[in-house]
Amino acid sequence: MSNAIHKFIENKVKPSFDEGGKLEKFYPAYDALETFLFVPPHTAKKGAHIRDGVDMKRTMIIVVLAMIPALLFGMWNTGHQHFLATGEAATLMEKFLFGLIKVLPLVVVSYGVGLGVEFIFAIIKKHQVNEGYLVSGMLIPLCLPVDIPLWMVAVATIFAVIIGKEVFGGTGMNILNVALTARAFLFFAYPTWMSGDKVWIAEGTSAANNFADGSTGATLLAQATERSSGFVDAAGVAYGDTFWASFMGWIPGSIGETSVFAILIGAAILLITGIGSWKIMLSGVIGAFTMGLIFNAFAVNEFMEVPAHMHLVMGGFAFGIVFMATDPVTASQTSTGKYIYGFLIGFLAIMIRVFNPAYPEGVMLAILFMNVMAPLIDHYVIQANIKRRQKRAVPVAA
Amino acid sequence: MSETAEAQVQDEAAVEPKEPLFSAKNKRLLSDPLNDDNPITIQVLGICSALAITVQVKQAFVMAVSVLFVMIGANLIVSWMRNLIPSRVRIIVQLVIVAALVILVDQVLKAFVYDVSKQLSVFVGLIITNCIIMGRLEAFALGNKAWPSFLDAIGNAAGYGWILIAVAVVREFFGSGKFWGIQVIPDAFYEMGYFNNGFMILPPMALVVVGIIIWIQRSKNTKLIEEN
Repeated sequence: MSNAIHKFIENKVKPSFDEGGKLEKFYPAYDALETFLFVPPHTAKKGAHIRDGVDMKRTMIIVVLAMIPALLFGMWNTGHQHFLATGEAATLMEKFLFGLIKVLPLVVVSYGVGLGVEFIFAIIKKHQVNEGYLVSGMLIPLCLPVDIPLWMVAVATIFAVIIGKEVFGGTGMNILNVALTARAFLFFAYPTWMSGDKVWIAEGTSAANNFADGSTGATLLAQATERSSGFVDAAGVAYGDTFWASFMGWIPGSIGETSVFAILIGAAILLITGIGSWKIMLSGVIGAFTMGLIFNAFAVNEFMEVPAHMHLVMGGFAFGIVFMATDPVTASQTSTGKYIYGFLIGFLAIMIRVFNPAYPEGVMLAILFMNVMAPLIDHYVIQANIKRRQKRAVPVAA
Repeated sequence: MSETAEAQVQDEAAVEPKEPLFSAKNKRLLSDPLNDDNPITIQVLGICSALAITVQVKQAFVMAVSVLFVMIGANLIVSWMRNLIPSRVRIIVQLVIVAALVILVDQVLKAFVYDVSKQLSVFVGLIITNCIIMGRLEAFALGNKAWPSFLDAIGNAAGYGWILIAVAVVREFFGSGKFWGIQVIPDAFYEMGYFNNGFMILPPMALVVVGIIIWIQRSKNTKLIEEN
């Protein structure tokens, strides 16, 4: 069946896109869709550097698959938080459907706008449409609060794809993680929609009057910065055991980041297929834990007393370290570099989180900062390696 | 200013009747800094002020005019004095000249446009350290006669000014929905759920806007496209 379709496309559709065809201009668009469906017949023309048996499109698809658990849980949690806030009773299906209706438009806008920009650039610059956006397009909605207006998502996506990626030469050339560029843009451009205690719950503003006891609609991080003392207990009243609640994810937060459990399923998929770097994830967790312990040791305010393991499940830390820090384009390339890069992300994320109450979500800034530093880390790792080997080499007798 | 310039014009014309006032070379002094050799986008000078005072068009305009004045004055004075200045102390002499002119500008701003002067605050004083001014004094006025120096000053100040104003137009439009302090985005838009972009008011966005201008300029101007 699929063979017949392929033949039909090869013989009937393709010629009009080939050189001299009617739709020659739109070849990149055709090419993108064709390779989306079928493995392209191209083979490397020069000496190939084989890194992996799968091509980039399939790599990206696996990453998107790894995000599906977080997406599905996020949909359920959107409904759960909404009905919790309004005080209505709802079944699992009702919650999920409510969330689906809220979240799906964000995903559609993110993909539609982002791919649109990619197609336009591919046609102008006459190169193939890159598949890099498949992952970014899913990451963007997952790291946003659910109530964000769609046009803001569109503006941020355009900004992130053009300024974050296309100016540097497209997929594989970007310095900053595209999804985080979009989030940082929104965070600074429309702060009222990206932080505070009204944005995390769908239709939260209207429902705010009915909040259940102890539930404020604020994320755990915001509660930790604002009320410092006893937020763990306060959150515990609303959601049960705080650590367990934020591990499982039935707390307010950005769509995809609340459930560490769903993220860990994704992490397992990435690690088993070898697409995500375990070095970055592991050293990131160690870095965050270290910083948490240091804060505990010198606890001069209540936020610094928050147990180190709580930091690992609060906020977007897990999401960032699993899906964003491991982005192979913006991370360090060298093996030693990955350990340093991951460790510093964890370390800085918790530091920003605790020291600067204006930016409770330190993970975003930490990853963006380390994205910029990654080439520098690689440079020194490589230089050190060269020096070490030079020393080891027997000097040629003069 | 215009009187001295005119006097200079006559002087130049009397001494060197051969070169017309607007010879091709002199015209290029005016036009190059606007595009091919723009102080901000090509030489990447004066970036600090371009980031700091481009939130509103009014500020940027006043800044551009101030720089224009200081630059013309400094270029002319230095050019006239160029054979008297010992090269060992030339930087100090230039600084004194620029500083005197900047104080003059500062006082005028305080007297006539006090509110803008308040907003520009320290950046008027910082014109002294504007790399474009010192750069043109060092690179041009010290080695050229007054008339070309005068044109060079206008060219560079205009090249600086138009980038400043262009960035400010974009930032004020998206950041506050205004132009020159007057609201241009209709209220209906805000009622429909439009919001001003807070990022535009922050300095990093000025850098992005300057970057976009450089991008457009380089893709339009074939002379600037680098091989590889």
